[in-house]
Amino acid sequence: MHTPAPQEAAPKRSLMQSLELDTRLLGMIGAFVVICLVFNLITDGRFLTARNIFNLAIQTVSVAIMATGMVFVIVTRHIDLSVGAVLAICSAVMGVLQVQLLPAYFGLGHPAIMPLTVLGGLVTGAVIGAFNGWLVGYQRIPAFIVTLGGLLIWRNVGWYLTDGQTLGPLDQTFRLFGGVEGTMGSAISWGLGALFSVLAVFALWRGRQAKIRHEFPVKPLWAEGAMMVIAVGAIMGLVAILNSYEIPIGRLKRQFEAAGETMPVGYVDYYGLPISVLLLILIAVAMTLIARRTRFGRYVFAAGGNPDAAELSGINTRMLTVKIFMLMGVLCAISAMVAQARLANHTNDIGTLDELRVIAAAVIGGTALAGGVGTIYGAVLGAIIMQSLQSGMAMVGVDAPFQNIVVGGVLVLAVWIDIQYRKRTGEKV
Amino acid sequence: MTRQGKPLVELRDISIAFGGIKAVDHVTIDLHPGEVVGLLGHNGAGKSTLIKCLSGAYQMDSGAIYINGEKAEIRNPRDARRYNIETIYQTLALADNLDAASNLFLGRELVTPLGFVDDAQMEAETRKIMGRLNPNFRKFKEPVKALSGGQRQSVAIARAVYFNAKILIMDEPTAALGPHETQMVAELIEELKAQGLGIFLIEHDIHNVMKLCDRASVMKNGQLVGTVDVKQVTDEDILGMIILGKTPDRGMV
Repeated sequence: MHTPAPQEAAPKRSLMQSLELDTRLLGMIGAFVVICLVFNLITDGRFLTARNIFNLAIQTVSVAIMATGMVFVIVTRHIDLSVGAVLAICSAVMGVLQVQLLPAYFGLGHPAIMPLTVLGGLVTGAVIGAFNGWLVGYQRIPAFIVTLGGLLIWRNVGWYLTDGQTLGPLDQTFRLFGGVEGTMGSAISWGLGALFSVLAVFALWRGRQAKIRHEFPVKPLWAEGAMMVIAVGAIMGLVAILNSYEIPIGRLKRQFEAAGETMPVGYVDYYGLPISVLLLILIAVAMTLIARRTRFGRYVFAAGGNPDAAELSGINTRMLTVKIFMLMGVLCAISAMVAQARLANHTNDIGTLDELRVIAAAVIGGTALAGGVGTIYGAVLGAIIMQSLQSGMAMVGVDAPFQNIVVGGVLVLAVWIDIQYRKRTGEKV
Repeated sequence: MTRQGKPLVELRDISIAFGGIKAVDHVTIDLHPGEVVGLLGHNGAGKSTLIKCLSGAYQMDSGAIYINGEKAEIRNPRDARRYNIETIYQTLALADNLDAASNLFLGRELVTPLGFVDDAQMEAETRKIMGRLNPNFRKFKEPVKALSGGQRQSVAIARAVYFNAKILIMDEPTAALGPHETQMVAELIEELKAQGLGIFLIEHDIHNVMKLCDRASVMKNGQLVGTVDVKQVTDEDILGMIILGKTPDRGMV
């Protein structure tokens, strides 16, 4: 019984197997590329301009941030229908704080306003999320019901807090979260791109070292190198595009005037990476780390795959549910920051129907409602695909009803394709 | 087999009811180190329910559990694991979407100094123990739903054995297995017994009971019919206990 396991005979490996790429991810990227090319063709090249890609990016951030949290919720066989409403009340709390309460106490434009406002929003999101999680985990009320109730409750609590008023103007520092108002310029953007590239290469290399240390089979060196090139290319490509979007001259002039200077003739400057997009990237990386490399993430997937097994393995699945919904609430608050700053004020209808966009993004991204399966990058990509469709159709001039019909159809189609794919690979559907 | 000294486990006067139905009704059994005690009875006799009180999956209504002579408080599976009680459930309790290593270490992951789960280390440990338990096991990367019944069973067994269990509960460990794998489980039970573990074995196959167990406790309708020394009774005696609830004239302990 002590014979060592003989090594598997290495079968001839195809290109795909050597790269160990996720075919589902490739399919989504393929679909995204097709959508972009088709819209680009119809709009005579207006879709794939730096300007439009920049706008797409900042429009996607709010839904994409929430979609990363929705992956955990759906993986554990729950659902959260209240994310749009929670976003609205977080936005209302932050609006009241930065427009009414804090300026009255500190004076307008005080540097403490932004951090305190953000803190207020995060705490609101965390408390509401934890409360939802407690109702689901400890009181055993189905998440569908808890969050359907929340959908009706929280937006209207926000309405009550603000008396239905639109709150603005927002704190100047706070507005940096919005996108156009808060970009980092080309120099810092290149620097961050280089930093992320180094980190990506380092992570790939360390993964390989860990495998070698335990004498597991590794990819051929050329495949590893190709992965590094693809990762670095994607990161630097995105930075290059965002860095090539020129700030309009009128806007530059106003900036110089505000600083009390005159703009030199022929001066150009570029937007670069928006802070909100950086926020999304950091959250997506952090959530991927949580999902794959922490005990919490492991328990999320275990509880989704077999809740009884998780419980019998000594995992406190009730507390786990509280944590998952609390995380969802915090992410709603961060999305509220971005959405509110982008719109430059708080309105009652902020985030309306976001719950559907967020769920659709997660599902298009391959998260299975039956639980146990889902990826963070998939959900982010799902959000990007949805937003591209929507703004592409708006650009082409598709009538509003048809826009929604197409998006709805794509959602159903995406899940159907996913089911066919799983059937073919022999997975249980 | 002599049963001197303190028993490893004593379940004293355990009762548990579900909605007025007494699933387990004042049952007392015990287990010594290096001993295999078979739990027998019809479906619904209360065997699994009784054992789930010990593994922490259910909380008993009344009665007490003593481990090494001391009263033990077992309210959930985490408590049971602290007393070195490991359970192989009939359903195997595996998360189908995770690979073998993640299942083996579920709830007790190995972590790096930074607090991240150390998948490579866990896979290496899994390869080691699987090399011992089931040398033909190859599918370390696939989710366990891609495994055969026997392979899944060996993952569940590896999980129970890896963490130095003192008390092992096996709920029909051979139900889904072919003859070769059943033989492997039998060898494993002998080996663990020699190491001084105490094993509760829930089993329907009377031949396995006669072969593997030192004593057998028979339950019927939630009550204990009796406990016999397997060496001193015949198949028919035990079947009579299971079917008729009749205690034999000899071998009662």
